Amino acid sequence: MLERFPVTQYINEDGELIKQEVQEELSLDLVKMFYEKMLRARMMDKKCVNLQRQGKIGTYVQYEGQEAAQVGSALAIEEGDWMFPSYRDHAATMTFGHSLRNLLLYWVGRIEGGIPPEGKNIFPPAVPIASQLLHATGVAWAEKKKNTDRVSLVYFGDGATSEGDFHEGLNFASVFKAPVVFLNQNNGYAISVPTEKQMNSKTIAQKGLGYDIPSIRIDGNDILAVFIETKKAVDRARRGEGPTLIEAVTWRYGAHTTADDPSKYRDQSESDRRRTTTDPLLRLEKYMKNENSWDEEWLASMEQKITNEINTAISEMKDYPKADIDQVFSHVFEKPTWTIEQQREHHMSIKRGKV
Amino acid sequence: MTTAVQVKKLTMVQAVTDAMRTMLEEDESVLVLGEDVGQNGGVFRATDGLFEQFGEERVIDTPLAESGIVGTSIGLAVNGFRPIAEMQFLGFIYPAFNQLMTHATRMRQRSMGRYTVPMVIRAPYGAGVKAPEIHSDSVEALFTHIPGLKVVIPSNAYDAKGLLIASIEDPDPVLFLEPMRCYRSSRTEVPDEKYSIELGKASYVKEGSDVTVMTWGAMVPDTVKAVEKFEKEHNATCDVIDLRTLYPLDKDTIAESVKKTGRVVIIHEAPSAGGVNGDIISVINDTSFFYLKAPIQKVTGFDTPVPVYSLEQEYLPSSEKIISALNTTLSY
Repeated sequence: MLERFPVTQYINEDGELIKQEVQEELSLDLVKMFYEKMLRARMMDKKCVNLQRQGKIGTYVQYEGQEAAQVGSALAIEEGDWMFPSYRDHAATMTFGHSLRNLLLYWVGRIEGGIPPEGKNIFPPAVPIASQLLHATGVAWAEKKKNTDRVSLVYFGDGATSEGDFHEGLNFASVFKAPVVFLNQNNGYAISVPTEKQMNSKTIAQKGLGYDIPSIRIDGNDILAVFIETKKAVDRARRGEGPTLIEAVTWRYGAHTTADDPSKYRDQSESDRRRTTTDPLLRLEKYMKNENSWDEEWLASMEQKITNEINTAISEMKDYPKADIDQVFSHVFEKPTWTIEQQREHHMSIKRGKV
Repeated sequence: MTTAVQVKKLTMVQAVTDAMRTMLEEDESVLVLGEDVGQNGGVFRATDGLFEQFGEERVIDTPLAESGIVGTSIGLAVNGFRPIAEMQFLGFIYPAFNQLMTHATRMRQRSMGRYTVPMVIRAPYGAGVKAPEIHSDSVEALFTHIPGLKVVIPSNAYDAKGLLIASIEDPDPVLFLEPMRCYRSSRTEVPDEKYSIELGKASYVKEGSDVTVMTWGAMVPDTVKAVEKFEKEHNATCDVIDLRTLYPLDKDTIAESVKKTGRVVIIHEAPSAGGVNGDIISVINDTSFFYLKAPIQKVTGFDTPVPVYSLEQEYLPSSEKIISALNTTLSY
C-alpha cells in the first residue's frame, strides 16, 4: 500500500521544487502569501499557548507543525464553500476568515467563539471525534440537491479514522456523490496512541479504496502539495464527480493539548529534529533562499504586522462584553419551552435577590 | 357556502404516511430518508407510495447506518432542507445517540441561532407485537433528558397526522415515536386536508372526576379499557389523559386535572427508574401537590430489558395492575 499511495511532494525538505510542471504558476507572490498565512497561524498558536500558561485562556489545543496542512487546504476553497473543523483546526478556520478575536473567545469558554463572521460558512469546531464528517457530507449533499457548485471541506485526525462516523461519512458521500473533500491530518498520534497502534493499515489514504473514493497521500508539511492537491479535489467535487480523501502526513510538535504531557508517550527529541528537517515554514524559507528571494526585512515587517493583529485581537477579547446567562436560555429552541422559561425566571430572581 | 371536509378512516400508520405525503407535497424542502423507506415503503409500510410519488431525490434509501442517517440529516437540515429520518426501530437508534446528543440538539445554541436543525426522527417502538429482542425497547426517557429535543408520541391516527405535521414544521429537532401496537389496531377519522396539533399539548381521552390517569402511546387504548372496567365496578369516574408530548410536558392540563380529582395514576410501559413518570410527578409537585388526596400511583414496565416476546405480556402493564393501582388510590 505504501507503493500504491506514495507521499506526493512538490517542494522537498531542501526547498527544491521537484514538480517542475507547476513552476510557471508558482509566483513569488504566491509563495510569500503561503508563508505569511502560515507564519500568522504559527504566531497565533504560540501566543495562545503562552496565554494559557499565563492563565488568561483555558485549556488550548495547539497545532504547531500542521500549518501547511491546514493553511494550504483552507486556501483551496472559496467564499460560499463550507468548512468543518475539529478542535485543532484554527489555522484552517482563521485562514478561511474566522476572526482571531472569536478564536480566542472560544478558548475562554464563550459561545461566540464558535461563530464565524457573517457570510463565512464555518461550523463550530466538532469535539466528538469524526462526527463532523457526516455534517460535511449532509451539507454537501444539500448543495448538490440545490444544484450549486459549493463544496464541503472537513478536517479530522488519524484517530478519527477508527470511528464509525469516519466510515459512515465516506460511505454516504460515496453513495450520494456528495461534493466533499475529506482532509485527514495524520500527525502520528491520537493523544498518546501512535498510528501503528491505531490501525494495522499502512496508510489512511487506502481506506478510501473500500468506498471507491479517489484518495491520495501527500506531504502535509509541503504547503504547495496540500494546496494543489486539495484544489484538484475541490474542483472534482465542483464538477459533480464526488468526494476525495486526502491524507496529509504531518506532525504536531507539541502536546495534544496544553493539559497533556507528550514526554510520557513519545520521544520529544523527534519534534526538535523535525523543526530542522520537515518544518513547513522552514521548507518555504529554504525554497525562497534557493530562489534568492528570501528577505529578512520582509519577514520582520510581517512579524510586526501579525503581532499587531494578534495584540488587537487579544485586546478585543479582553474588552468583550461579559457573558450573558440569557444566551444559555435563549438558543436551545427557537422558542424556549416552559421548563426553560421557568428555570430562567427562577435563576434570575435568585440572582437579583443576591445583588 | 362551506366546503365539506373530506374524512377517511385510517390506521395510525396510514395517517403517518398521509402526514408525510401532505408535507412532501406542500414543501419542496421536506425529504424522507432512512433504510428501506424508498422502493420498499418502509418495514411497516409507513412510507408506502411516497417513493413512487416523489422519486428517489425526495424519498431516499440510505445505507444501513443510523449515525450516518442522523448525522447527514443534520447537514441537510442546516443547509435548507427538512429531513424526516426514519429509524427502523427505536431500539436501533443507539448508534445515532452521539449525533443527537452532541450535535443535532446543540447546534442552535453553539451557533447562537446561525445554524438550526429542523429535522424529525421517526421511530417505531414498544412491546407487544412479538418482535425480536431489542426491537421492542421503550426508552423515551433517554431522549426527554436531552436538552434541545422534543419528544412526541401519538396514540391514534388523527393525532399521528396532526402531531407529525407539527413536528415537521417545528424549527428544532423532534423525536417522533410511533407505538407499533397502535399502527394497525384501530382506525380513526382523519381529514384529508392539512392540520396540525400543537406540540406540548396533552388531550383528554375521556373525562371524569375521581382519578387522573395519565399515559401515552400504546398504553392509551389499554388504559381506557382497564379504566372502563374499573368505572363499572366502582362508583367512580376517571380523567384519562394522553400526554402526546413527553418533552415539554403539558403542565397546565396535568395541573388542571389533578386539582379536580386529587388522585393520580401514571401508566407507562417503559422501565420506571429515571422514567417520564418522575417528570410528571415533579410537575404535580410544583403545580398541584396540595390537592392530592392520595399518594401518586404508577404502573410501569420493569427495570429490566424488555423481555423477548414469550414474556413480553408479563412485562407490559396489565389491566389487572392498572385496576389495582386505581383501587389503591381510591381507597385512601
